[in-house]
Amino acid sequence: MDTRDGFEERLRKARERKGLDRAKHSQQGLPGSAAIGFRAGVEVVSALIVGVGIGWLLDRWLGTFPWLFLVFFLIGGAAGVLNVHRLFNPRTRPKDPAEAGPGSGSKDGSSAGGGRRQDD
Amino acid sequence: MAVEGKTIDALSQFELAPALGPIGASVNFTQSNLFMLIAAGLILALMHYGMRPAAVVPGRFQALAETFHEFARNLVVEQVGPEGRRFFPFVFTLFMFILFGNMLGLLPFAFTFTSHIAVTFTLAMIVFVLITVVAISLHGKKFLGYFFPEGAPIWLAPIIIPVEIVSYLSRPVSLSIRLFANMVAGHVMLKVFATFIVLLGGLGAVGPFIAVLPLAVNVALVGFEVLVAFLQAYVFAILTCIYLHDAVHLH
Repeated sequence: MDTRDGFEERLRKARERKGLDRAKHSQQGLPGSAAIGFRAGVEVVSALIVGVGIGWLLDRWLGTFPWLFLVFFLIGGAAGVLNVHRLFNPRTRPKDPAEAGPGSGSKDGSSAGGGRRQDD
Repeated sequence: MAVEGKTIDALSQFELAPALGPIGASVNFTQSNLFMLIAAGLILALMHYGMRPAAVVPGRFQALAETFHEFARNLVVEQVGPEGRRFFPFVFTLFMFILFGNMLGLLPFAFTFTSHIAVTFTLAMIVFVLITVVAISLHGKKFLGYFFPEGAPIWLAPIIIPVEIVSYLSRPVSLSIRLFANMVAGHVMLKVFATFIVLLGGLGAVGPFIAVLPLAVNVALVGFEVLVAFLQAYVFAILTCIYLHDAVHLH
């Protein structure tokens, strides 16, 4: 009955005009460019911290000071880039179990979980 | 206190001090611990007294409790999948604890325990240990395959495996740094602009009029901090769920 006078359509337009529907959009785009930049920065820095930490500890243990430190500095940087890559391409992974799921492992996990779900 | 000798002292708000008088001092019970207990008590009170009526048409507190519950459950089910429901209590506890910690920190005279990396790193390590244990117990030796993607040329293994391991180990670090840095940055900004108000306010006749500007900034910042407090609790919970998804499905 609402379609008769196009009420829904007019309501939608009015809401758009008043900016009432934009809340949804702004929430989706909430991680603005600054926030995304911050997240990427944190990923790189934390990977570097871990890499440098491992390298420094191994060096202290083996007494080979700058070498392993330098190697793990580079590895940490690479891991940071990998983290950022995963940050921007997160949805390539859930496809895996469906198509090439390394077989029984993940299948077992999901089916066992499914069984447990029915118990709930 | 904040303004001593006309300098900006934005970091003293994060200093720990013994709480609860001499008893607290003798066991090193700080105000950080006190606010953790307050947060836990508030969560328990909300859940207990909110859900006690268990009405079909919920009252205010029941609606709040149910909203939080439903929010966290949707988060877990969407990210981990239906079989992830057994992790719901863990994620819900974590989310509520961080959310209440962040929000309590915004009240005057309160202490933000999530602004200490010792706290956030401990929380992140709990998540890290959990996802590792879950992955190993579900998949056993296949867990090691996580560090070497299938189909990659074998001669790349010496490069890929260390990089993947470092990337995996950097999870708790990035998780904790993100929360800690956001809370510290927000509170430092609040304190800096609050100090501006005091400093400018004492600037003769025109001072109070100029001091309105940082006051306006602070009003906006408090609103922004409420958003950040919620958002960071949400981010911590959703990343926990994503890691749990990886641990359960392993690829």
